[in-house]
Amino acid sequence: MEETLVDIDFKEKEEYIINMGPQHPSTHGVLRFETCLQGEKVKYIIPHCGYIHRGIEKMSESLTYPQLLHLTDRMDYLSAHINNEAVALCVENAMEVEVSDRVKYIRTILAELSRIASHQLWWSAFGMDLGALTTFFYGLRDREKILDIFEETTGSRLIQSFITPGGLMADIHPNFQRRVKEFITYFRKKLPEYDQLLTGNVIFRERTLGIGYMSKEDAIDYAVTGPSGRGSGFHCDVRKLAPYSAYPFVQFNEITYTEGDTYHRYLVRMKEMWESLNILEQLVDNIPQGEIMLNLKAIKAPKGEYYQRVETARGELGVYIVSDGAPTPARIKYRSPNFSNLFILNKVSANHKIADLVAISGSLDLVIPDIDR
Amino acid sequence: MALLTTLKSIGNYFREIYNGVTSLARGMRVTGKYFIQPSSIVTQQYPENRATLKMFDNFKGELILKHTEDNEHFCDACNNCARKCPNGSIEVISKREEGPDGKTRRVLDKYIYHLDMCTFCGLCVQACDQSALEFSNEFEHAVFDRNNLIKQLNHPDSKVVEKQAETKEPNTPTV
Ligand code: SF4
Ligand code: SF4
Repeated sequence: MEETLVDIDFKEKEEYIINMGPQHPSTHGVLRFETCLQGEKVKYIIPHCGYIHRGIEKMSESLTYPQLLHLTDRMDYLSAHINNEAVALCVENAMEVEVSDRVKYIRTILAELSRIASHQLWWSAFGMDLGALTTFFYGLRDREKILDIFEETTGSRLIQSFITPGGLMADIHPNFQRRVKEFITYFRKKLPEYDQLLTGNVIFRERTLGIGYMSKEDAIDYAVTGPSGRGSGFHCDVRKLAPYSAYPFVQFNEITYTEGDTYHRYLVRMKEMWESLNILEQLVDNIPQGEIMLNLKAIKAPKGEYYQRVETARGELGVYIVSDGAPTPARIKYRSPNFSNLFILNKVSANHKIADLVAISGSLDLVIPDIDR
Repeated sequence: MALLTTLKSIGNYFREIYNGVTSLARGMRVTGKYFIQPSSIVTQQYPENRATLKMFDNFKGELILKHTEDNEHFCDACNNCARKCPNGSIEVISKREEGPDGKTRRVLDKYIYHLDMCTFCGLCVQACDQSALEFSNEFEHAVFDRNNLIKQLNHPDSKVVEKQAETKEPNTPTV
């Protein structure tokens, strides 16, 4: 007659719940995954957001359009320029004005630089999440160059509030073009290093190949946009579908893979950095002359509803403005890419090991303040 | 047949090991290259390099009110900057004073700037018609008490620049 304190059979069947986050290094922000496990296997995940909700949309209702712009920087802070551009384009559409080609070119250059910087940071952090701490330093070393370009022209490194409705806050710095060109040659040399360090690494490949499969149907159903969706073959690049700013003037490829696993979501971003470099190269020497700021009496949208979408580093950002003709919007809604991308996590990580959850959530490249807003 | 598949799987096994080891070695080569080339290291030693550390001219460190050498500023207390600020970080306190021409006019008494509430959006600088504001390159803002972040931007005993020279200028060509 033996009595064991722990019934192993029973325990193996038992599901239990652990909380990943809100202070977990791999979530890169305050997000909590209520993770149900069976042994080491993930049964389901319930994401709990709201830890960094600041009420940006509500706050914006009491601010004028140029004023509310600085709040959009603080949603997806890694694509600050692109968020600004989204609001600026939406307000410009509403007012039926068009900025000069110079502004369009500069906006696009800044947007592509942000995209590269964002992917660099993501690459660094993704490697770090999977145990390759070295990548973090290599990625940040190169990102610093872009931040310097931003700082010289806009005065800030991360959240610039530079692209405003009607144009730009200031003209570019005289060094801007030279620095961007230097960066293009520099980074073309450094990008192969990224592949040598991480892409080919056997541990990395084992941990990502075939992990977290997302079908194209799932990507469309859950509206997973950006590189995460394109890794599953979902053609969702807004730069191609509805070109804005200077994108109609440039040639570039939309990177898609059909495999839909973590590794291919990774590859999409790596290839996108090359594409962004190509876009930059086409634009940087051809910035036309033109005025930097339209001479607008008052920046306010006429009565009506307006929508504008742009491609941030993480997917499709939509700005929906309802205006009653006042200088402040009656209602403003952001369709943030990360919010949609987050909820596929439950589906793609089911039946994977808990350690893979880090890889999968990393490959979705979530920025938490963009989820909560 | 069975032998062949066994051999194949053994071959695959060793090939995988070989590929794995070479992939690691390739990564190590990158690291090693930088290890033996200390000149390519870009790390800056802060705060040791404080003396030589220079920010870009455009860097938005903190808001300042420009002062001339004679301790004069350009602000005519119009309050535009405070109205444009999305966070209410600026308080312009004005007073009435007798000007040189004998008329009472509005002059700046205190220009209060709440650094703790500023988001460095730059709207205030843009809003000022007198170009009285600018951003300094100061970035070491850490203080022990947040009240120290509330600053008075006009220097003690400073005066507004008398714009006599400017008002004359547009008149001269018409005469
Ligand atoms: S930079 Fe922006 S937040 Fe700061 S004081 Fe000026 S207007 Fe206000
Ligand atoms: S700083 Fe400029 S905008 Fe602000 S009150 Fe003075 S003159 Fe007016």
